[in-house]
Amino acid sequence: MALPVEREDLIEESDETGIDDDFGAAAAIVPASGVSGRALFFVLSIMSFLACITVGTVAVIAQASADWRSEISGEITVQVRPLDGIDTMDAVDKALAVILETPGIGSARALSEQDLRDLLEPWLGADVDLDELPVPRLIVIEIDRSAPPDIGDLRFRLSQAVPAASLDDHELWQGRLAVMANTLAVSGAAILVLVLVATVLSVVFATRGAMATNKDIVEVLHLVGAKEAFIAREFERHFLRLGFRGGLAGGFVAMAAFAAIRWISAQFSATPAGDQFDALFGGISIGWTAFAGIGLTILLVAALTAMSSRLTVFHFLKVFD
Amino acid sequence: MIRFENVGLRYGMGPEVLRDVSFRIERGSFQFLTGPSGAGKTSLMRLLFLALKPTRGLMSLFGHDVATLSRTDLPTLRRRLGVVFQDFRLLDHLSTYENVALPLRVIGKDEASYRTDVIELLHWVGLGHRVHVHPPVLSGGEKQRAAIARAVITQPELLLADEPTGNVDPTLARRLLRLFMELHRLGTTVVIATHDIALMDQYDARRFVLNEGRVHIYD
Repeated sequence: MALPVEREDLIEESDETGIDDDFGAAAAIVPASGVSGRALFFVLSIMSFLACITVGTVAVIAQASADWRSEISGEITVQVRPLDGIDTMDAVDKALAVILETPGIGSARALSEQDLRDLLEPWLGADVDLDELPVPRLIVIEIDRSAPPDIGDLRFRLSQAVPAASLDDHELWQGRLAVMANTLAVSGAAILVLVLVATVLSVVFATRGAMATNKDIVEVLHLVGAKEAFIAREFERHFLRLGFRGGLAGGFVAMAAFAAIRWISAQFSATPAGDQFDALFGGISIGWTAFAGIGLTILLVAALTAMSSRLTVFHFLKVFD
Repeated sequence: MIRFENVGLRYGMGPEVLRDVSFRIERGSFQFLTGPSGAGKTSLMRLLFLALKPTRGLMSLFGHDVATLSRTDLPTLRRRLGVVFQDFRLLDHLSTYENVALPLRVIGKDEASYRTDVIELLHWVGLGHRVHVHPPVLSGGEKQRAAIARAVITQPELLLADEPTGNVDPTLARRLLRLFMELHRLGTTVVIATHDIALMDQYDARRFVLNEGRVHIYD
């Protein structure tokens, strides 16, 4: 800037130049103290925790459901009912022959009497006499997943060769599992949306508060020619940082919670309680998808926080003008 | 540069504080705006620095009809203005240096490109020893000078000063007036709102006298 040459004459006590280099980073135009950060940090942490728990749980359930379905779809069962006048063991052998000549079958095994006894023991006791009960015989078939058999054709040929045989490809179970998994995924998504909406609303209220607190600063910025995007950026910076910190804190606690569940479930493995748990829910595996989901949720919380505050600032400035 | 034709201003449903105000301000001119307290000086200044829009009449600034300006046009026009507020409007959490540099920071200039100019200007207005001090520690006169430095740092085309000598002693008031005169000499159009007759007597310039919302011009 070209200053008038007669400056000493204008300001008699003006200091002599000597440009001092003691300049640190420029202070934020909107001070951090002007944004009520602590309360919002805790709100964002809690929201992030809930969102991460939801995402992680949905990921775990989706994985477990996929595992169950994969296990079930890899196996089919043929049931041979005892009928009057028909030798059941002979019917089982005929059925096995039909099964084994079918392409796409990995292996087929008829359960032995001992296997059946073991299966029935929890309900009927150890001394069950299979000859006195019309217990069907079961054939467990492992299918070749890379080239699965034509189930319809197999079912037809079995019914022709062995009228007492019926084939169960667990389609009903698979359908139910799919419905359950989808219901859980949709419920999880709905909960996630609610949590994120609550997060956005919290940020909107906090931004409005910050704008009202810093009204003088906004006014000065306006009058020195700041564009709305500049003013919004000054506020957004604080909220992005808060969102990221809150998101990280909540996400970290959620990861710790999942790690704790994993550790606890490892402690109970190979115990009756652990087996019971596995039987009910399958093995819970918290894989990279759950942790990636949590990571993405943290970023989403930070981005939503910044975006909500930016839009709120724009709205405020529109009214302010 | 500035044209008012039958401009009226009222706040909400209240009475008109400015009535049928008409005048022109030419580029490179110097004028005082005066009148008794409550005559509407600050309202007229607020119109000039685009904090308000007239409720009727035509107001044109830098060739733009203010009534047709959109919100996105305002920052560009405001950057051509330098404003010294009656109450300084310095930001307490920023140092004197940062306050003065604010208009440059707002337009996205790199700090290294303006540091020397800002320091030099601060020395020039006698605040070289107060560069890192925050406004709450400054005296009234120092705040006044910091506010003036902030207004002139971008070398505005139009300088608007509302009671710029209201908080300083007569000696400093004279020195500040000479600063405005010097800026005028360098080509800046200057409008100073004041009710300090002694100050106006020191410089032969056009006077706009506001009384009961109407303006009378004395060349």
